[in-house]
Amino acid sequence: MKYEFTKEELHQIERIKAKFPEVKPATLPVLWLAQNKYGHVKPEVQKLVAKTLGLPEAHVHGVAEFYTQYYKEEKGKYVLDVCTCLSCQLCGGYDVLHYLEEKLGIQSGETTDDGMFSLQQVECLGACGYAPMMQISNERYVNHLTPEKIDAVIEGLRDNTLPEFESNKMPQHQTEEN
Amino acid sequence: MAADWRSYKPKIIPDIPDLHKIDVYIKNGGYEALKKVVSDDWTPKSVVDEVKEANIRGRGGAGFNAGLKWSFMPEPDGGPRYLVCNGDESEPGTFKDRKIFEYNPHLFIEGALIAAYAMRCTSIYVYIRGEYLSWIQMMEKALSDAYDQGFIGKNIFGSDFSVNFYTYTGAGAYICGEETAMLESLEGKRGYPRVKPPFPAQKGLWGRPTTINNIETLTNVPSVINNGSSWFKNIGAENHPGPILYGISGHVNKPGVYEYPSGVPVLDLIHEVAGGIKNGKKLKAVIPGGSSTPVLRADQLDDVSMDSESLRSAGSMLGTAGMVVIDEDTDMVDLLWRIAHFYHHESCGQCTPCREGTGWLEKILLRIKNGEGEVKDLDLLLDLTTQMEGRTICALADAAAWPVRHTINRFRDEFEARCKKSVHAVA
Ligand SMILES: Cc1cc2nc3c(=O)[nH]c(=O)nc-3n(C[C@H](O)[C@H](O)[C@H](O)COP(=O)(O)O)c2cc1C
Ligand code: SF4
Ligand code: FES
Repeated sequence: MKYEFTKEELHQIERIKAKFPEVKPATLPVLWLAQNKYGHVKPEVQKLVAKTLGLPEAHVHGVAEFYTQYYKEEKGKYVLDVCTCLSCQLCGGYDVLHYLEEKLGIQSGETTDDGMFSLQQVECLGACGYAPMMQISNERYVNHLTPEKIDAVIEGLRDNTLPEFESNKMPQHQTEEN
Repeated sequence: MAADWRSYKPKIIPDIPDLHKIDVYIKNGGYEALKKVVSDDWTPKSVVDEVKEANIRGRGGAGFNAGLKWSFMPEPDGGPRYLVCNGDESEPGTFKDRKIFEYNPHLFIEGALIAAYAMRCTSIYVYIRGEYLSWIQMMEKALSDAYDQGFIGKNIFGSDFSVNFYTYTGAGAYICGEETAMLESLEGKRGYPRVKPPFPAQKGLWGRPTTINNIETLTNVPSVINNGSSWFKNIGAENHPGPILYGISGHVNKPGVYEYPSGVPVLDLIHEVAGGIKNGKKLKAVIPGGSSTPVLRADQLDDVSMDSESLRSAGSMLGTAGMVVIDEDTDMVDLLWRIAHFYHHESCGQCTPCREGTGWLEKILLRIKNGEGEVKDLDLLLDLTTQMEGRTICALADAAAWPVRHTINRFRDEFEARCKKSVHAVA
């Protein structure tokens, strides 16, 4: 497989670079762009990022390794990040994790044989009041998980449908949002 | 003052439908404070002084007076100067800044613009944790609308004040919430905290003068300009005034983010605001302001309120005001092991006492959790916490040490009981 950015992506990278007085700060955003395109930032992709930005490969590699959201290996089509940290632990985060392990037939850290799902445990996602919760593929937050809700979410994902964005209203608010 | 929290009307996130839209925000008096400071006779220094007088204490955890921090910026020398807004929000139990991105992003933008005017910054970066993708998109929309209205960019309201405002997306690293790690990350590197001094005001982003403030801290700025510092100081607790976004999670009936004045009694927040403990259980303990703040037992909470002074005398801290409520059935050994796991996972590894110390804390706690611990392990843990504290580049090591020390001291019986059990008895 040949790794390269399209013309449009290169334009986008120029716009990213314009936000900063030097090139290096573009490392994180361009790694994001690459991961969104390829689904991971394995060494081949890191190489592309380094070459495009004119930065040493060792630098890009060091950054990719430091941050947990960059996938240094290929993952399932959907990555399920289950929070088991403090508030989620108190509200059943581990039950969610074990339920998913059983349902998908994999352990935390593994990917299903059909390549559909990777399951991971993560640290606090900043949704503590809506525990237990998980995030799907660095994108959608799904809150207040129950076995029924998890079943529905997994079924939806098998049909390629991400659950809808959930807005958690301020409990003090009376009026309806549009 | 705390007595009147029940009649308080939210100011940071008021109950106005669609306030996140710029036209609704403007219709409700939005961007008036910005207009006032850049067009009237508010000098940058007078803005700094007013904010300092208001005593907005940093809402990112350390509680430092925002105006005082701004006053540390050196005189302009014609080169770039930066304001970095901290939206990393990763301290377990904390989920408030996200509400601002979603419900009132323009209040934050306006506050940051006024701060930039006061410190004569040339660019603003808002660093948001990568997991908050949906909320980053909301911020980008809000910023682009504010650019279109001319509130950001060149010659704002026809004045000679010009500033840029960008988002920056993190990629999963709690340590990037630490202000100097955030600067490293923004510079496109691994998030390793820097040795201080030099402080960011002297040598920050790309070596230039920089101030870092939390998102919620900055949302308080427009109201201080509109209403004056004495108005602000009359809200809530005397030494820690102003509105607070309280994030309440754990074993309560109505968890969520609530806005009230500082200084609400802890027990009122739990029983009245958050609807009491789930399933009719009893309260066992509270972590008042994020995972690093020392846990308080239920019997330590009488007359304790959510402000730095009151919590300090009770033996804890306000932190981020992200309160975690713990019921009677909770196993404190399991809970503490999970907190220790978090800090070990997030240590950047630069300093030996932190890298090794957080590892040992987790390992020994796991041993105790599994019923393989001995009572002398508890003293070993306490000893480790003293060896870690105050000996490292950043405060992560302290943040890891405090919960271990205080949870063991305050629930010693529970830990000892677990140590005495044999593995077989547990199974
Ligand atoms: C390990 C560590 C993590 C931190 N994480 C955050 C964070 O997620 N958000 C935040 O606003 N401040 C965080 N802080 C505090 C910042 O270093 C800094 O004090 C704060 O952003 C300053 O803003 P304020 O004065 O307005 O509170 C953290 C500090 C440490 C030591
Ligand atoms: S105290 Fe820990 S997190 Fe902070 S710089 Fe040292 S090793 Fe890194
Ligand atoms: S502890 Fe799970 S989101 Fe904060």
